[in-house]
Amino acid sequence: MSKKIGLYIYTGDGIADAIDVDKLIELATGELGVAVAKKHDDLYSQDGLSMIKADIESEELNAIAVAGLSFRYDFEGLKFPGVYTEMVGIRELVAWSHKVPEDAEDPEKEKEHIQELAEDYIRMAVTRCQKAELPTPDKMEDASERVLVIGGGVSGLTAALAAADAGKDVLLVEKQPELGGFAAKLRKQVPVGPTYDNLIDPVVDDLIQKVQSNSKIVVKTNTEIARIAGVPGAFRVSLKETGTKSEWDAPVPLTEEEKLDENGNELSAEEQKKKYDEKNEGRHEYTEVDPNAEICGAVVLASGWKPYEPEEGEFEHLAWGNPNVITNVQFEELAKEGKVKRPSDGKEVKSVAFVLSPGGKDDDADFPYAGAVTSLVALKQAKYIREDYPEDGKAYVFYQHMRTPGQYEYFYRGLQDDPGVFLTKGAVTKVEPSGDGLKVTVENTILGEDIDVDVDLVVLATGMVPTTKDEPVVNFAYRQGPAFRDLDLFGGYCDSNFICFPYETRRTGVYAAGGVRRTMTIEEAMEDATGAALKAIQSVVAAEEGHAVHPRTWDFDYPDFYFQRCTQCKRCTEECPFGALDDDEKGTPKPNPTRCRRCGTCMGACPERIIGFKDYNIDIVGSMIKAIEVPDDDDDKLRMICFACENDAYPALEMAARKGLTWSPLVRIIPVRCLGSVNVSWIKDAMSSGLDGALLLGCKFGDDYQCHFIKGSELANRRMDNVAESLNSLGMEPERVKLEQVAIDEYDKLPQIINDFVEEIIGMGPNPFKGW
Amino acid sequence: MSDSILVIGGGFSGITAAVEAAEMGYDVYLVEKESYLGGRVAQLNKYFPKLCPPTCGLEMNFKRIKTNPRITFYTLADVESVSGGPGNFNVTIKVKPRGTTPQCTNCKAGEAAAKTEVPDEFNFGLSTRKPIYMPHPMAYPNQCVLDTENAAPDEIEAIKAAMPAGHIDTSQSEETVNLNVGAIIVATGWKPYDPNKITNLKFSEYENVITNMMMERLASPSGPTGGKVLRPSDNEEPKSVGFVQCAGSRDVNHLGFCSYICCMATLKQITYLKEQNPDIECYVFYIDIRSPGRKYENFYKKVKEMDKVHFIKGKVADILPGSAPGSVKLVAEDTIGGGKKEQEVDLAVLATGMQPVGAESKIPGIEYDADGFVVPKEGIIPCGCAMRPIDVVSSGQSATAAALKAVQTIARRAG
Repeated sequence: MSKKIGLYIYTGDGIADAIDVDKLIELATGELGVAVAKKHDDLYSQDGLSMIKADIESEELNAIAVAGLSFRYDFEGLKFPGVYTEMVGIRELVAWSHKVPEDAEDPEKEKEHIQELAEDYIRMAVTRCQKAELPTPDKMEDASERVLVIGGGVSGLTAALAAADAGKDVLLVEKQPELGGFAAKLRKQVPVGPTYDNLIDPVVDDLIQKVQSNSKIVVKTNTEIARIAGVPGAFRVSLKETGTKSEWDAPVPLTEEEKLDENGNELSAEEQKKKYDEKNEGRHEYTEVDPNAEICGAVVLASGWKPYEPEEGEFEHLAWGNPNVITNVQFEELAKEGKVKRPSDGKEVKSVAFVLSPGGKDDDADFPYAGAVTSLVALKQAKYIREDYPEDGKAYVFYQHMRTPGQYEYFYRGLQDDPGVFLTKGAVTKVEPSGDGLKVTVENTILGEDIDVDVDLVVLATGMVPTTKDEPVVNFAYRQGPAFRDLDLFGGYCDSNFICFPYETRRTGVYAAGGVRRTMTIEEAMEDATGAALKAIQSVVAAEEGHAVHPRTWDFDYPDFYFQRCTQCKRCTEECPFGALDDDEKGTPKPNPTRCRRCGTCMGACPERIIGFKDYNIDIVGSMIKAIEVPDDDDDKLRMICFACENDAYPALEMAARKGLTWSPLVRIIPVRCLGSVNVSWIKDAMSSGLDGALLLGCKFGDDYQCHFIKGSELANRRMDNVAESLNSLGMEPERVKLEQVAIDEYDKLPQIINDFVEEIIGMGPNPFKGW
Repeated sequence: MSDSILVIGGGFSGITAAVEAAEMGYDVYLVEKESYLGGRVAQLNKYFPKLCPPTCGLEMNFKRIKTNPRITFYTLADVESVSGGPGNFNVTIKVKPRGTTPQCTNCKAGEAAAKTEVPDEFNFGLSTRKPIYMPHPMAYPNQCVLDTENAAPDEIEAIKAAMPAGHIDTSQSEETVNLNVGAIIVATGWKPYDPNKITNLKFSEYENVITNMMMERLASPSGPTGGKVLRPSDNEEPKSVGFVQCAGSRDVNHLGFCSYICCMATLKQITYLKEQNPDIECYVFYIDIRSPGRKYENFYKKVKEMDKVHFIKGKVADILPGSAPGSVKLVAEDTIGGGKKEQEVDLAVLATGMQPVGAESKIPGIEYDADGFVVPKEGIIPCGCAMRPIDVVSSGQSATAAALKAVQTIARRAG
């Protein structure tokens, strides 16, 4: 669509003092050919916004560039339907961050730098207006709103009821023959409300009854997921009987190791294919469609946990292997049946020692995969003994750190008043047979002395291992394989990496809840499951409305692929952090818009430059870079481009400017969705346009990555290594391209980072290809 | 009958509940008593255990709010009363004047013209602000606040003159907004337990006894010291710091419950100090280190293995003057080694707990338990720390769950 562009420049807040705005207007109406260019000293007031509105109507503008405050500001009156609007923050990026020093030798020259900087931002903004189109939402029609819940324990039951209560149909799949999971194996539960002193009956029976009588919920027990194919709004779920094989079992891609021969060389494509086929014999390709699959719109993964089972020889000092040393889960099973009998001889158990930390004097950590819940369960189980034998039952709880957070403290305090419950901090150093029972030795107790106690039974407060630790459970029929990615970063838990977004997932439309995420109490798991049900329903709403899910929920655009030029290199399908892309029959990427998060990682990956968005693509940003005016023969006017993550690095730059910090005027900043979207062609554009360097500012990567598109900055870093190599081969310094990791709050460090980079480039001298 | 949702409280939980409900397709009103959204987490330097800045997630959520026409929010607003029942609540809100108008560009000109220095509540009085101000650099909405109570009349005129015409509006008055909503999410959060109430820890007597929230501001780049932890009495870098755990928590005379976050917060703050100076001595006086679960246990382990970090099991009973100027002496009972343990430190940090806002300020029409936590009822759904003391992750989960419960309340009535 041909563009009729209006440019509006705000002159307040020191902008007009720093910049010759009239010259910017001349530039825009002359060289840049905009239809209208105006300035206003109170642009965001009713008066200013009415001026823009009137121009849009009378001049039939379909794009406006508003120079002044950035896109981080929003003004109600600055939303014009059907008009592409580009807000460029020249106040922070030019006026506030660049000052003519009072002692400047040549103040005019300094002013010139600042003016040229402003001019380039105007050029880039107008270029963007010329090239960018408004997105047209891709609304999914006939999306399924049915929610698949995997797991029929307390989390799954809660998720199912939560979704049904919000009006959605639910398919609940449980691996075992019965619903209820571990919650159905409890004698009692820890109290959840005031006065927190008496154990309560398990809530799970009520949940099961409600699920079974709910007409919106279909329950399938003794059933597992063979595969989940498809997309949010239209997942195709193949089910199978527990423990059986199915032709629809999700195929598993070759691991990196399997792709190598015995000498460590990569196998040929044909050999890899052969190996893959052998590995997945009897299974349909992941792209094949199961005609009998169940259709669901979204998934809650609530497959829960399994008890940590100590291996033979583990916890030797705690006499693991002795029949009277058992885990908390084994104890619960015994307690569920009535008064606890000792495994070795069936004797009534009247004294029990609960051990919360296995590390003796060396380590005060709880058992692996433990949490607050293991402390609480030990206290609860101590209470069982007191319930069974109020007169002479004795429970000893030995802990390093009693973990009863929040109001659970009241429950703990209640137990402290029970003379039959003996609670002490201490290092359990030895458990050994003694008479027909066991002797427990505890050192460094709060009593100031070491103690021995003789008990009938010892209970180890072992942890809860997520079901996703050893198997994928979800079994995606996706290009990137059946499991959630990077589970080992989280100890096998299917947890979010983000503190502030606990439901963030690398598989859109699939949300984990309960013990599969981390150890939780029943109360917490129920809450978590309710939240996951919301996210599942919401992902279908997003598909229906045609926008992305978090973090770009406002984004109605989706990537477009120009397939004619695709070389099937598969970089996009492999690098997509969310596994959004599959292969089609020919090996070209098959976009799945409702799985896509619109981060642009595929766009950054594509060597053929065939992936882009309507308002953000290779051509738009490439043209912006080329729009920068590069003086050919002035060594004082080197030019550098800086790509800055728009959520973190860019706001940090604004904060720096706000704080009065300044940086070199030789750098032009382009906010990007994510560094993962930065295509190396932009660096090439910059270098061939004669720019002298490129700086990328993105989020921290590594195990505690802060990139909200998971791998963006890390991928960019890897790509820039390749760029550095090509620069080298051209005889250019590889250091002309640099990536720095900055967090949003590190604005105080940014000017230094930029200035150091500029100094380095100045040291190298101009781009040797300048002016070619 | 109404199918819109009210969220009371614009902190982490309230924002989460609001955006999650709006993205389900419901109209949401968000009411915040401060002049900015973000609540307590906006004051934090970093989140544990990842050590990432809270402003990153806030920036994303602010964008979700800005771009979602279904969310209407009020700042400087208090809920006066709640009546009616599920599906049909009537709510009265009082909105205090901001003193600036929506065309405010957050321009700094007014600030430059103002003279009065007012203790900055965002930084717990560790610095000052002007009577026209942004509560903090990343505040949203990014529109200044005019504090008419603390500005002289001629100063207001000077501020007005320095700013573009119409940006200051002193004629604004308190407004009453009446809303009819189908469900109410209560996300009123917490405040730090008043350290003055723990008289044996003598917070008011020593300048170098601070709270853990003050420590967050000192460590924050946007804080009073630009991110360098300096002790208040002389702006010197401390060489030793003592952490007093359970300052008010797990104590029937103060907060009977455990505040959940203070152990992890202390471990996190040790990483701030160690980053600033690896040689700093850190002493933690504790009852139990509550770092449950894999992520927190690993974090505790990491901190425990740092040099010059000492964990002493014992509750601090008294704080005495130290021998060096400005120093204090922590006196605790050492429950393992026995006897009294005394430790002199340059700076003491009270790990004060979280008290639910409902303990001291209750909204008529909402029920609270003895501690001040909100009691859930059909259509009135507490989340985050208004419900129980929890960390940020759990707050996110509970707020998301609350959004669905609100939706259910409405869906059930719609049949």
